[in-house]
Amino acid sequence: MSTTRRQFLKIAGLAAFGLGTSTALDAATADAKDMEGAKYDVGGKHLAAKRWAMVIDTRKLESREDFERIIHACHSIHNVPSIPTKQEIKWIWTDKYDHVFTDDMSQHLSPAVREKDYLLLCNHCENPPCVRVCPTKATFKRADGIVVMDYHRCIGCRFCMAGCPYGARSFNFGDPRPYLKDVNPAFPTRMRGVVEKCTFCSERLEVGLLPACVEASNGAILFGDLDDPNSPVRKALAENFSIRRKPSIGTQPGVYYIV
Amino acid sequence: MYNGKYIIPGIVIFVGLFTFPFWSNLLTPKYERPQLALPAGQKECIEPAEYMRAEHMHILDVWRDQALREGKRAYVASNGKVWDISLQNTCMKCHTNKADFCDKCHNSNSVNPYCWDCHVAPRGNQ
Repeated sequence: MSTTRRQFLKIAGLAAFGLGTSTALDAATADAKDMEGAKYDVGGKHLAAKRWAMVIDTRKLESREDFERIIHACHSIHNVPSIPTKQEIKWIWTDKYDHVFTDDMSQHLSPAVREKDYLLLCNHCENPPCVRVCPTKATFKRADGIVVMDYHRCIGCRFCMAGCPYGARSFNFGDPRPYLKDVNPAFPTRMRGVVEKCTFCSERLEVGLLPACVEASNGAILFGDLDDPNSPVRKALAENFSIRRKPSIGTQPGVYYIV
Repeated sequence: MYNGKYIIPGIVIFVGLFTFPFWSNLLTPKYERPQLALPAGQKECIEPAEYMRAEHMHILDVWRDQALREGKRAYVASNGKVWDISLQNTCMKCHTNKADFCDKCHNSNSVNPYCWDCHVAPRGNQ
């Protein structure tokens, strides 16, 4: 029996189709690995909001000890190393007015305001430039407005550091562990080659705690839902004059300063 | 046969080398499942041991995404028990002996997970 070219092509095509679908079917069935009946849930204690925001009352933060107490609370809980060089890692830190509110052009500002230290942290922007530039979606904005990092996915390209207008991100040029005196065993450290920053204590909000800096501030830092008119942040913003960092660039920061 | 004195030993050597994986496997001792240090005083893991043995890496992968990206930090197991999603605070609370639990099996299977580059290994190790 002789096979024509046409018949041969038909059979070859069918065979290729059959082989292709069988591997696809295998892959699909091999993927079903979740335990039957297991579910994921938010947990009973978590704090929810539409848009988390922070108000820092700079009038209540005067001495160096105030700042150090807050910085220590954050950095010790989150295993942030203290590296005494240019390769420092910071989640929350201080700087002077000229470096903080760079949009403000007032030439004759009250010396008290100009000379003061201001508490700085990630602003958890409404339009975060760091999220836009991240090529791996390692950093992303959650539905409640918090900008967080997935260190598992960070490739250390540092685009986010170039994108952030507030200098809120730090890069681990080396292994941070030698610079950690006491490791908090309840929180991970980071490794060489990832960028890190403040998380608005998203891991604490999920177990019903307020951010560490808010707790350590003795009422100088307020935290709450910006979409709720009765939240402490909205009340403080309604009663006081507040400013934000670099409002002209349109990032809509979630950290407000009462000066 | 021409050149038989070269060809026949050559074939013998070739077959020997070609079947090396088979006979070397027959000669070496059989793989034995390592004896792991199971948590004292605990009878069951979050899911049956068989499932955990085969799929713990998958569960950790899903846990990471659920906790970090979806904000869901409670795992309702198939038997209805609720667990906090946390490698350091849930898994390692019972499995305190990393060297004789995680490492033993990973070493004998030549896998090198990089969990501990960031996550803090339990102190109950010493």
